Amino acid sequence: MSETAPPHRRPVGPVPRRQAISRLAPYCAIVALLPIGGCSVLDHGILGAAGPVAEQTRSLFLLVCAIMILVAAPVLLLTPIFAWHYRLSNTESAYRPQWGFNWPLEGLIWIPPTLIVIVLAVILWRDTHALDPYKPLASPHAAVEVQAVALDWKWLFIYPNEGVASVNELAFPAERPIHLSLTSGTVMQSLFVPRLGGQIYAMAGMTTQLNLAANAPGRFRGENTQFNGAGFQNQKFSVLAQSNDDYARWLARARAGGRTLDPAAYAALTARSTQAEPILFGSVTPDLFRSILARNDPGMQTAHGHHPQ
Amino acid sequence: MSDDGHWLTLLGHLNARSFPFVRAWDDPTVSELIGALAGALVVVGALALVALVTWKRWWRPLVRDWLTSLDHKKIGIMYVVLAGVMLSRALVEAVLMRTQQSLAVDAPGIVAPEHFAQLFSTHGTIMIFFMAMPFLTGLINYVVPLQIGARDVAFPLLNSISLMLTAGGAGLVMISLAVGEFSTGGWSGYPPYTGKAFQPGVGPDYWIWAITLSSLGTTFSGLNFAATIYKKRCPGMHLSRMPLFCWTALCTSILMIFAMPPLTLATALLALDRYLDFHFFTNDLGGNMMNYVNLFWLFGHPEVYILILPAFGVFSEVISAFSSKELYGYKSLAAATMVIGVLSFTVWLHHFFTMGQSADVNAAFGVATMTIAIPTGVKIYDWIWTMFRGEVRFTAPMLFALAFIVTFVLGGLTGIMLAIPPIDYVVHNTVFLVAHFHNMLIPGLLYGMIAGYMYWFPKAFGFRLSEVWGKVAFGCWVSGFYLAFMPLYVLGLSGMARRSQALFEPDYRPWLLVAVVGAFLLLAGLVSLFVQLWVSVRDRAANRVPVGDPWDARSLEWSVSAPPPEYNFATIPQVDRLDPFYWRKERGEAYRPADRYNAIAVPKNSWVGPLVGLAGAACAFGLVWHIGWLTLLGFVGVWIPVIARSFMRDVHRTIPASEIEATERRWLDRAHAARPVPRELETEPANLGLARPFPAQVPA
Amino acid sequence: MSGPANGPQLRHVGLNLLHSDEMEPEEAATGLYGFWIFLMSDAILFALLFAIYGTQLAATAGAQGPQDVLKLGPAFVETVILLTSSLTFGLAAIALKYDRGQFGLVLWLCVTLMLGIAFLGFEISDFRTMFADGATPDRSGFLSAFFALLPTHGLHVAAGCIWIMVMLAQIAVFGTDGRVKLNLLRLGLFWHFLDIIWIAIFSVVYLQGTLA
Repeated sequence: MSETAPPHRRPVGPVPRRQAISRLAPYCAIVALLPIGGCSVLDHGILGAAGPVAEQTRSLFLLVCAIMILVAAPVLLLTPIFAWHYRLSNTESAYRPQWGFNWPLEGLIWIPPTLIVIVLAVILWRDTHALDPYKPLASPHAAVEVQAVALDWKWLFIYPNEGVASVNELAFPAERPIHLSLTSGTVMQSLFVPRLGGQIYAMAGMTTQLNLAANAPGRFRGENTQFNGAGFQNQKFSVLAQSNDDYARWLARARAGGRTLDPAAYAALTARSTQAEPILFGSVTPDLFRSILARNDPGMQTAHGHHPQ
Repeated sequence: MSDDGHWLTLLGHLNARSFPFVRAWDDPTVSELIGALAGALVVVGALALVALVTWKRWWRPLVRDWLTSLDHKKIGIMYVVLAGVMLSRALVEAVLMRTQQSLAVDAPGIVAPEHFAQLFSTHGTIMIFFMAMPFLTGLINYVVPLQIGARDVAFPLLNSISLMLTAGGAGLVMISLAVGEFSTGGWSGYPPYTGKAFQPGVGPDYWIWAITLSSLGTTFSGLNFAATIYKKRCPGMHLSRMPLFCWTALCTSILMIFAMPPLTLATALLALDRYLDFHFFTNDLGGNMMNYVNLFWLFGHPEVYILILPAFGVFSEVISAFSSKELYGYKSLAAATMVIGVLSFTVWLHHFFTMGQSADVNAAFGVATMTIAIPTGVKIYDWIWTMFRGEVRFTAPMLFALAFIVTFVLGGLTGIMLAIPPIDYVVHNTVFLVAHFHNMLIPGLLYGMIAGYMYWFPKAFGFRLSEVWGKVAFGCWVSGFYLAFMPLYVLGLSGMARRSQALFEPDYRPWLLVAVVGAFLLLAGLVSLFVQLWVSVRDRAANRVPVGDPWDARSLEWSVSAPPPEYNFATIPQVDRLDPFYWRKERGEAYRPADRYNAIAVPKNSWVGPLVGLAGAACAFGLVWHIGWLTLLGFVGVWIPVIARSFMRDVHRTIPASEIEATERRWLDRAHAARPVPRELETEPANLGLARPFPAQVPA
Repeated sequence: MSGPANGPQLRHVGLNLLHSDEMEPEEAATGLYGFWIFLMSDAILFALLFAIYGTQLAATAGAQGPQDVLKLGPAFVETVILLTSSLTFGLAAIALKYDRGQFGLVLWLCVTLMLGIAFLGFEISDFRTMFADGATPDRSGFLSAFFALLPTHGLHVAAGCIWIMVMLAQIAVFGTDGRVKLNLLRLGLFWHFLDIIWIAIFSVVYLQGTLA
């Protein structure tokens, strides 16, 4: 780690662990680094928004921050002022030990917070609907359908229309939005692409949905944020928003690889392991997603044989 | 149920590999050695404690004066001691986690993933169930009966049982360091991850049974406090004349009564899944983990207010006392407390906005969540206006209260942000969330508990705590908090997932380094508290406040000697308005002998509590390790003392009137001989606990 | 203390506490109040078990559903037994209230105990039938919920039966002193509470399950 961390956008995605070259240098340079590192670190999250969902969320976030300053300012000012002015050693200040209520003041205490909460509630209601992760994104182009399966400790992405699949690499053409249907082949997980927008849980036997889009081609980090065991910290994946040509090449590369995602290959993927390099599958057993879903469907299908009578 | 055979063996699932020492011997990595060291600390610590007690011949007084005592004051103190011990462990764990993250940017660090997961699970579990809950239960236990003019809680024996069940749960968590391992599923223990399919070991079982013991104890405590406050108030002490701490204690008790059953049920059903192959939260055969999430947060959100409200009560007392002023907006504060209590049951869904509910549902719960900000904001302003036209002294508890107001507001702001679902989507499960709830709980709970501890300590022990070390502790706790958690907001906004054992983003490093410095400062804060205690005990002769009113405070607990007599009040007080002791002093009616003294019956000591706690812990340990005979023995051992006790009729001891009269006279003589001190001297040795009245008013 | 000085005041129907010397009415009232709070907490537990049962109704996972395993007949008999036991406990409480010697009290408590044990016997026989049919809790989410709700109630009834036995022993040792009376009153609350829970179980589980 250099002392003048350049404001670069590091390629995100699974970085192989390497030994820290020097452990002492960063300790010495904390103060020097903070402002520089501080600028770039926020680019990895919502403030470095790279898609319409993230941008709207960022605007909402900044608006709420501005309103919050209004809420906090009186408290942050009055507390030190009152405490200092009415300190014991200040013999000039008034003292009214038996004063404990005042109607106008009471109004001032109850009404403004109520008004602020009403304003915030209106904003909240509007934007919760506007930014509903289930809501399809407005776009002239049809969304790319992707079925995401959470596994320990990797993500499987199935492209039902293209008939390909990938592990730990989510590619899509940047000009089209992407519609994810999620489930889990294991415990609950949460799929999150910080620079593109929100996250949603993936749960076994159930489907959730997420709509995302990117403004321009780019490479983003995706992750699982719900702890799920020893490989949790390694469960990152690359999100590749590509030009149409690159996306076509990506599909071609997947098909050229010749690997097939059939139930046997899926079973191998469900082993609890981390996966550093992405895997591409050129073909997928039809309805694999539905069969994964049915395997853990709460209630609607028959019992497995492995339970003793 | 493939392991039926184990239930019948002597040691169940226990074997050599259950012990961290053996594991470290086989595989001597840094991570395993840390585990073995922690286990060794538990074993050596326990042995050293036993040796010390034996050497000092403390067994008899320990058992007679403390463990078997039914006096609410002693039970309260034992709760706080338990909280202090558990706080120490959980804070060391926090420092270890922060150290690991600061070292593990593109590097393995010193703690393996499995151990890291146990660290955050025990840290959360201990901090909530075995630090925060015992601390506030202890304060309520000590203070509320004194404040409402009662001689004890409604059910003294149940009180002891609650304490010992909680201690049994805490003991189980401690044992898990030396025998076996703890859950890796976090303090919330979400299945299916904590189910048998994914964690077949004993970890989640330790978690389940420790929580169960604690939640039973807490339910009984809530019941006890509610009955105490409703039924044991002295004549004239209407609800609307209770000190605000009693209001918050009442609200917390009600929340305990209603919010603990969902937790008990959630862990019980999870246990059925794990032990008897039920399908409540499994992935297959119709299990539905969403039921667990709902049950858990149906408990979990009210729990937040169970934790925070008593601290609100403490701050109300502290700010009023150290401003020498009536609390501003008493009725507002009491109403706001109750509103918060009711609303706290309507917002649980905001803990899982990202589970795929419709926008309508999310928005409704988001709005409900923000509504809580109104009464909370009102409280903040009420405290600020309490200082208005007061005489503010910057003693350590007051400093904690001021730091609380400022810091808590910042946490509240991020709470509002998290209440807005779209914002929650992008910071949920990141360290932003971690920063937020620490930002609520460290000022909103821990500062309050520390302030309460320092404020009431002279009442409980008869001497003041060192002011200098109190301020050192304050400096560490506050600066440590900001350094440790403000970076986490930044990191969370940058998408850093919580509970990460290693990180792969070099830009995170500087912020993680600041955070670890903060964590060490917080540890220094804890150490300062212990130094403060040691210094104060050493210098206690110079800081005695036997008369009992060192802060010129206003409620009934200050109207008796410090420490108070076993029976609290020689005669049950009569109250005619709020702040009765203030008005008694104002009218010159304080420190007067009663016309006549009567004999008082106090509960005799009882072994039932310790036996129930011990048997409960044994039963839990048997369940964890599938040891059938121990489980059965423990279960029967819980009930036998309880049933046997119901056959005892001689459960009271009478203190004769003459003894009471003598004690009271001694105290009153001391009060009349003491020199009243002005507020300027309240932290000086001159302060014997008798306050000089303020000049009534100073004009503006 | 500021106890009522003139005239007996019945603070609680069924309990004539002023006849006993060793307990202040306030103390008894507090004791009873605390038990009400406990029941409230317990009621939450059952409410949640019912909620879980409701959400798991459809989660049969191919195993037997409510129509297949629930038999209205035995459940009706159990209902009658438990309701009758509430009546007999009420008769015991009346015997206690009017202090007509201990015979009535002990008799009705014994009858209640027998009915409680009979109820448990019927319930266990129900469960055995279900187990024999392969309807075990490890088969499905629905059966799990069923076998959480009903045995929880059953365990409460079993605890109530043990409590009655303890009270019979206490009556033998102490007669009806203040604490025995108070405990009997609490036991009564507990017993009637279990009856109410059973009525909910009968309606929600059995009626809905077999007639729907």
